[in-house]
Amino acid sequence: MKAAPFNYLRPASVTEACEALADDAEARVLAGGQTLVPMLAMRLARPSLLVDITRLDELGAIEDSGEGIAIGAAVRQAVALRSDLIAREVPLLAAALPNVGHPPTRARGTVGGSVAHGDPSAEIALAATILDARIVFLADGEEEVMTPEDFFIGPTVTMAPMGGLLTRVIFPKRPSGRVGAGFREVASRRSDYAFASAGAQVVLDAEGKCIEALLGIGAVGDVPVAVDVSGLAGTGLGEKDIQDAVETALEDLECVEDLHATASYRRRAAARLAGQALEDARVAAMGEAA
Amino acid sequence: MKTNLTVNGQQVQIDVEPRVTLLDALRDELGLKGTHAGCEHGVCGACTVEIDGEAVRSCLILGVQCDGTEVTTIEGVAPAPGEMDIIQDSFCATHGLQCGYCTPGMILAAKTLLAKNRDPSDEEIREAISGNICRCTGYGQIVEAVRLAARRLRESNAAAVEAGQ
Ligand SMILES: Cc1cc2nc3c(=O)[nH]c(=O)nc-3n(C[C@@H](O)[C@H](O)[C@H](O)COP(=O)(O)OP(=O)(O)OC[C@H]3O[C@@H](n4cnc5c(N)ncnc54)[C@H](O)[C@@H]3O)c2cc1C
Ligand code: FES
Ligand code: FES
Repeated sequence: MKAAPFNYLRPASVTEACEALADDAEARVLAGGQTLVPMLAMRLARPSLLVDITRLDELGAIEDSGEGIAIGAAVRQAVALRSDLIAREVPLLAAALPNVGHPPTRARGTVGGSVAHGDPSAEIALAATILDARIVFLADGEEEVMTPEDFFIGPTVTMAPMGGLLTRVIFPKRPSGRVGAGFREVASRRSDYAFASAGAQVVLDAEGKCIEALLGIGAVGDVPVAVDVSGLAGTGLGEKDIQDAVETALEDLECVEDLHATASYRRRAAARLAGQALEDARVAAMGEAA
Repeated sequence: MKTNLTVNGQQVQIDVEPRVTLLDALRDELGLKGTHAGCEHGVCGACTVEIDGEAVRSCLILGVQCDGTEVTTIEGVAPAPGEMDIIQDSFCATHGLQCGYCTPGMILAAKTLLAKNRDPSDEEIREAISGNICRCTGYGQIVEAVRLAARRLRESNAAAVEAGQ
């Protein structure tokens, strides 16, 4: 388990990083390294150059950019998990983050790296898909902004521009009203890669009636998917309401089979987790002042 | 590539190829064999060290990335040669180890937890070691070891405060 040789660059600016990536088609961005370094060790990746972006201050902020909460590409998952701004404004991402790997992998792994890698079981990618976040790349001196739906096209296959640098992911801020989020998954050990996962966000009115409900499923197919549970609006999110909505929403859910789980297991698990995530979201929203 | 870092309180310089992980640099360049190589691709946690106060997998960080960082390995945990610190001693007291392969990683994961949280719940202890695999002891006694270490650290602090230190 030793990587093949490569060169290493710690650029002083985003401009220098982009130049290095543009100059060499075999160059690759190194963010937290929690996925890339294992790939190097197994020689699944053999880049000529690694461009380490983790010390670029320009990419290190979590900020309210007006259009949403922008998370720079160098922001570690552990830092995002401790962020009050994310907890307050993007509760679904806050609920997803504890499920991303383990404390030591979150101490290094970045939010942007998880999105750039595009693993179908990535919790951050699922949260981005449900909330319709914006994924921002810099390539050839031009910014390219993509929706998750356009960006994730297959298992670890994305529409990332050649030689591009993901600079930030922008999550929309919570809607007004009583908002709650829930995130559930099953994995072989706590917070490892999931076999099936579900994230949900609901908005309730003063009486506890649902105004808006969002749901998404990860890890069961080629990409994380948002599914339609808009029918829950107007209901009280009772057990039966949720069960019916989930059943309809997951009717056409495509599930893959691998050595960890069969497609039918994934389908059943997804339905159960979806119900739990919606119920968690309802309880969290009820806890907010009317 | 020449890289300067602090390992167990000492300034060191390593001169390694970029592909050398911190794990290999510690073991092969600095002779610190206490950090164990298990899977070498991020799954087992045997290689866990502390970098700038956080538990990190040393097989998933390149040596050259550690420029300017402070690294603590299992060799830096004990207060003096031949002695054990409270966490190490607690692992012995509760039979929190058998073959010892996972133990340096477990102890470093526990150390960073206890530095931030002196009174962790069992849930928090399990979360802290969730990325560390033990193939022989069983996790019950390891959780017990961390719980005992937490109590002893709290009590030793209380004693120090009472003594006006
Ligand atoms: C034991 C273990 C358990 C894990 N469990 C989970 C889990 O449950 N859920 C989960 O989602 N992940 C999990 N991971 C992976 C997660 O920890 C990684 O952090 C994440 O997948 C990648 O982020 P990174 O910052 O480490 O990126 P890296 O490993 O540095 O990069 C990953 C890929 O993305 C590219 N890339 C990274 N940043 C950019 C950028 N800014 N612009 C362009 N390309 C970029 C790299 O070139 C590389 O191809 C786990 C990892 C381990 C070791
Ligand atoms: S050796 Fe690093 S995680 Fe297994
Ligand atoms: S004591 Fe043997 S692996 Fe944990």
